[in-house]
Formats: sequence, C-alpha cells, structure tokens
Amino acid sequence: MGEYIVEMQGIVKRFPGVLALNDVQFKLRPGTVHSLMGENGAGKSTLMKILAGVYTLDEGQIFVDGKPVKIENPRDGLANGISMIHQELLFVPELTAAENIFLGREIRTKSGLVSKKAMIQAAQEVFDRWHINIDPAAQMKNLSVAQAQMVEIAKAIAFGSKIIIMDEPTSAITEREVARLHDIIRQLREAGTAIIYITHKMDEVFAISDELTVFRDGTWVATEPAAKMDRNGLISLMVGRELTQLFPKMEAEIGEVVLEVEGLNRGRQVKDVSFQVRRGEILGFAGLMGSGRTEVLETVFGIHAAESGTIKVKGKQVKIREPHQAIAAGIGLLTEDRKKTGIMGVLSVRDNMSMAAMGRFTRGGILRKAEIDRECEAQRQALALKTPSLNQQIQNLSGGNQQKVLLSRWLLTDPDILIIDEPTRGIDVGAKSEIHRLMSSLAQQGKAIIMVSSEMPEILGMSDRVVVMCEGRLVGEVSRAEATQENIMELATRFSDESAIA
Amino acid sequence: MTNQTPTTSSIMAIKQGFQLGAFVRKYMIIGILALFVIVLAIMTNGNSVQPINLVNVIRQVSAIGVIGVGMTFVIITLGIDLSVGSIVGLSAVVAASLVQVPGSSLVKFQGLDFPVWVGVLAGLAVGALAGLVNGVLIAKFRLAPFIATLGMMSIARGLAYIYTGDGRPFSDLKPEYNFIGQGYIFNDPAQPASGVPIPVLLFIAVSIAATFLLNYTKFGRYTYAIGGNEVAARVSGIRIPRMTIMIYMMSGVLAALAGIMLSARTGSGNSTLGQGIELDAITATIIGGTSFKGGVGTIWGTVVGALLIGVINNGLDLMNVSPFWQIVVKGCIIIVAIIIDERKNASKKA
Repeated sequence: MGEYIVEMQGIVKRFPGVLALNDVQFKLRPGTVHSLMGENGAGKSTLMKILAGVYTLDEGQIFVDGKPVKIENPRDGLANGISMIHQELLFVPELTAAENIFLGREIRTKSGLVSKKAMIQAAQEVFDRWHINIDPAAQMKNLSVAQAQMVEIAKAIAFGSKIIIMDEPTSAITEREVARLHDIIRQLREAGTAIIYITHKMDEVFAISDELTVFRDGTWVATEPAAKMDRNGLISLMVGRELTQLFPKMEAEIGEVVLEVEGLNRGRQVKDVSFQVRRGEILGFAGLMGSGRTEVLETVFGIHAAESGTIKVKGKQVKIREPHQAIAAGIGLLTEDRKKTGIMGVLSVRDNMSMAAMGRFTRGGILRKAEIDRECEAQRQALALKTPSLNQQIQNLSGGNQQKVLLSRWLLTDPDILIIDEPTRGIDVGAKSEIHRLMSSLAQQGKAIIMVSSEMPEILGMSDRVVVMCEGRLVGEVSRAEATQENIMELATRFSDESAIA
Repeated sequence: MTNQTPTTSSIMAIKQGFQLGAFVRKYMIIGILALFVIVLAIMTNGNSVQPINLVNVIRQVSAIGVIGVGMTFVIITLGIDLSVGSIVGLSAVVAASLVQVPGSSLVKFQGLDFPVWVGVLAGLAVGALAGLVNGVLIAKFRLAPFIATLGMMSIARGLAYIYTGDGRPFSDLKPEYNFIGQGYIFNDPAQPASGVPIPVLLFIAVSIAATFLLNYTKFGRYTYAIGGNEVAARVSGIRIPRMTIMIYMMSGVLAALAGIMLSARTGSGNSTLGQGIELDAITATIIGGTSFKGGVGTIWGTVVGALLIGVINNGLDLMNVSPFWQIVVKGCIIIVAIIIDERKNASKKA
C-alpha cells in the first residue's frame, strides 16, 4: 500500500436532486502534483471536499498511508495531514497573517495568554523557509488575493500537512503570481508534500502536474501520467467528445452604432472612458484585474452612478442612475460574480430566469404563468440546460448551468446591448463553448455584445474589436485582425509613471 | 449518449426520493397542527374540538394571523417588523377616538360625530404612515430593519399614550364599529352568535388576498427575489427602495387592521393594546416555514402557524395550565421552529 498516500474507493455522494459522485476512485502518490480535471459539476471539488472533511461521504472508503480513516469534519482532515485551500479563501480579515496561520491553535505564553510575538516569529520562520515575502504582522484585509493564498499555504505547511488541496488557486491572480505559486508548489513537492490541483486552465495543468485524473458527470474517467497526455486528448476525455473549435465566433453583419459612451467618470476606476458598440459586434474589454473594466460597464448599467459622462442608446441620450433604467433602455448585464450578484439561490430556476423580464410577463401586475412557463421551457431547451425541472432551486445546479440560466434571464428581456462580464469564469469546457456559440449567434441576430474577460484566448477568439483598460483609463483599441496576446498585454500594462514607482 | 443513460436515470431516482422528502418537510406543519388538535381533543375529552371552541380559537388568532401575513412579506425580504404591536395600539386608539358614541363625557372629540368608516380609515392610515416611515428609514437611510422598527415600536407606543392623554381607554364605541370585532356573518337568524365571526372573515380574506399577491403578481415575485439576493434583484431591474417601502406599509396597514379588530372586540381603544403581539406574529410566520435566511415562505404556512399557536394556547387553557407557562411553551416553540429552519438550510447547502 506504500505506493499511495491517499486512496479513495467507491465514493458516492448525493445532493438534493443530483448524484454528485458515483462510485469514484482516486489515488495520490506522495511527493507528486496531481491535477483533477473535468467540467463543472463533474465532481472534482466535491471529491476533494470529502477528502478534506467539508462534506461527508455517503458510501465508500478512504485510506491514508494505507490505513482506513474516517473523515467527518475538517478537523479529521487536518489530523490526517490534509489541508484544503478553497477557491474562495477563508480567513479572518481583521487578524494578522500570523494569527490566521495559528487560528485555533494559538501559541501561548506560560501564563496561558496568546503570544502574538511568538506567532509572528513562527510565521516568519515558515515564510523565510519557503521564500514567501509577506509581513506576518500585516492584517489579512490588506493583503492581495495572491498573498492571502500564500498565507493559506503557509498555514497548511505549519500544520504539517502532507497533502495540500488547491481548488482553482489561479482564478483570481495575475500571471506573475501564478508563476510564484507554481514555484512554491514545486518546492513543496520536492519536500515530499503531495499537491492536489484543481483548475480549468490547460496550460497550468501541463506545466505543473505529474499525474492527471479526469472526471465527468460525477464518475471517474481516467488517471494518467501528465507526460502521456496532450491538450486535445484531455479535452476529449473531459467532455467525452471531440471539440472542433473552442471559440466558434461566426461572422455577423456589423450594423449601426447602438451604444455610445462618452467621457464617463467615476472615482479612480473609471476615468474619462469613451467607446461605442455596433449591432452584430462583439466588443472585448481586456485589462488586468482592477483595471476598471468591470466598473466601467457597471457604471454604464447604473449599478454605480456616474459622476459625469453621457450614454446614448440608438442615438438617443439616456439617463441611467439605476439598473432598471438601463434595462428599460435595452441593456442587459450578466455580472461577473455569479453567486454574489447573479443567482437568487433559494429561488427556482423559473423565477431566476424570468425576473428581469417581469414587465413583459405580467399584465396589470398579474403574472401570466403560462407565458412564463412556455418561454422558460423554450430557453431551457435552446440552451440545453441541465436541471430536473424549472422548479429546482438554482443553487442545486452546477456553475455552468447557473450561468446559462442567468444568460436566459437577459435573453428574455430581448436587449439590444448585452454586457457579459467574464462569460465563462469557473465553468467547464463544454458549457464554455456552448456559451461562446450562443454569444456568436446573438451577434448574428443583430445584438451588440460587450464582453469582459480575463482569459486571453477568449478575448482573441470572440472579439471583433478589443478595447484595453489600465488604471481606469481606456488605453487603446485593436481590431480583430491586429489583436495579439502581446499587443493587448502591452496596452494593459501601460501604467502611468507615478504608479509604476509606487 | 449510451454511457449517459445510467447517470441520468440515477439522477431521476434520487430526484424522486428528494421530492418526497421535500413534500414531507413542506407540509410537516399541517401534520403537527393535526397532531396537536388530536392530542388536545383526547386530553380534554373532546371539548377542544367542539365547533364553538374551534371557532373561538380561530377568532382569537385572527389578529395574530393578519399581522403574521404582513410579517411574512417582511421576513421573506430578510426584514423584520418589531413595530406592529405598537401600531396595533396606536391605530386602535386613533380609530376608537373617532367612533365614540357622542354625548358621553369621556368622548375625545366633543361635539363631533364622524361616520364609522372615517374612524376605520384613520386607523388604517396611521398604520400606513408608520409603515412608510419604517420603509423610508430602511430603504433610504439604510437602517437595519431591526433598528428602524425597534425605534418605531417605541415611537408608536409613546404616541398612543400621548393620544389618550390620561391613559384611560376610549370606550362607548358605536355598535357598527364593535361589529367588526364582535359580529357574525352567515349566521342562523335565531342564534345571532353563530356562523362566521367577522374577525375570522377578515383573516380569511386577508390571507386569500395575500396568497394571490405573493404567488400571482409581479410584486410577489419581487418580494422573493429581494430575499433571495438583494443585489441580484437590483441588477435585474427591481427598484428595491420602492418595494421595501410598500412591504413595510403593507405590514403597518395589516397591523392597524388587527388593532381595529381587537379594539372592536373589546369595545374600547386602549393604548396598551397589542403589547407583545409582534412576537406571536413572528412566531406564527417562522413556524409556518418562512425562513429567516430570506427568499422562502408562504402565506398558508403562516396561517397554519397562527392556528397552531391558537390551538396550543387554547389547549393549555382548557387544561388549566397557568398563562405564565403558556409563555414558556411559546418560547420553546419558536426555538424549535428556528432549529428546523437552520437544518433545512444546512441540508440545502451540503
């Protein structure tokens, strides 16, 4: 049994309405990086949450170091040397990095009081050993996402964990920070720690993994050495079919200007931004995180009130101070953060879908239920939505399916301009290409689409035109033909001199 | 396609199992009510299920139920309205002061004689105004509902005391007004005290109207949306301030209606009327399945919740249990209801 540090066998996990894991197996060798791949809802995160004790399994067996173990809560997980770094980092923002590392097992003085000094010193030792450049006395709320992640890793190391699970660690950090993270992972591997790495990003998988395990629809599909796999093979294992084209942007006739934004200002994030979009066009908004892409479009949509600037829809100036005014003007916004600003978790798929178009679905304030059912059912079929019924609570759906419901929410308002912020963040390859296909066909129907994306291939593949933002300013525009990864990155990093020094 | 079939069918199987569980959870409250009715019937040798007693029970909880209906809307949107008990008192004294039989020396407005509907409307308007202030404080000044309505709870009660001046209740009310609390409809002409009491009729009418509002109108969908995720609701074009103000106004008006019902029942407008009734209304709402986590709740649940409170109080009465113990029992019920709510949510998240 010494070959594997972890073995999971016959794992079954049920959620309301879904069989999340069906007889799944997983084997992890010590001192390796093992990537878990699969579409959203394939069961990767669920399996790992079982291993870490966040969820309990319904059936199956877990062996650590060859010995059968029961893991019923995160404490059991830690006791067995398993730490999980969640996609949404969990920490106490008011406490220092050191205090977070020793949360729940504080170092105490002889008199029993918590010793901040000793904890800071101990944290510094861990940081030094792993070349992590963070002040252990800094408050967590002042650290960047990448730094907070490093603190979490340090916490796992300080716990003496032999197995560290990272759930989509790179979804919110810059490329340079990714490189730094991968350095640490390699160091950990050399020190004998096994790393389980969950991601949707193919490049990273091949850059860092020793082994890969692929899941699909809650079942185990394959475990292979990374060296024996290639990108296309992996994708076809994940989706169970060959993907001909990942970004099927289809030709659309580009018509007149429908949205014109001029001189838009709001605080530090939106500085004198002007742009326009035409019918049938997909306008990509590129830029680094925090460059103001999202804020510009949220201001256009009235989520934040603009300080100055004008917005014209189909040539007519409109006043937008609140989202309902934007919707009335024919604009839709699919927000970036599905959970926080998109879904209404406990409400049904039907309610979530029809909510923005209620005006159309009511007469004199009274619902036309048959109409709602008919149109929601049509959307469900058109988007190949996977849900047991329209009555299902949306929180029980996978991320990709939730995203489809939210897209339907806007399609039902029949907008002229559809803004989509991170259309495919955290969703699987299959749903991704479906959503891309949908965006193309919407453009073909004469809608103007504005897409914010952090994924370069998505920007390059989908956009007719790309505008690039940096520090709240719109710094440049490139056409589809001229757009390359290099020139977009060059524009995105045109920081003004002052901030380059700071 | 072939390797998808087993997965799909197993999903379907689980789905059906789940729906059975959901069904049980959803209608459990009715089962509990039935259980209590049966147990009390046995313990009281059938006295508790005499039609007269049952009608009495429903009449006793009519005010709680009417307030609970408004509270259901409020709690679905993740709010709370602590001021309803004080609104009961304030609207009761305002309405009663306008419907006193002229001539008596205790009449507030000497020499004036208003039609009864003026008094009723004034009482409801007081409730609407208090609700409006609650709504504006919450929607525009961004106060937590707990704080805003806690303030209003004190303000409205204080105003009720001030309005009565010497603290003596307004009595000697017109019979047409008292009919709202004491009258019957659909009765046998030979027996005036039979048929459906007016408060019960009002409770039923309010419940039906509210059920329609919550399930068949845009207003109802928006109510759930705000409780489900306020930010997402706003992004979907819902005008949160407007909705919030309307919901708290509705809660205020229903509390005022309860105040009118209760004052008409006793034939006097007392400034202390309705003290503590907010807790009964909240209890009815929560044991009826409305979630403190927002976005979930039904009117029929609240109605059953109110009936459950009535049945338990009545049963304890019939068994000669001290009213002090009844308060303790009520406290236990609300805690158990919240535990059930928590567990429902926990199983959803897992």
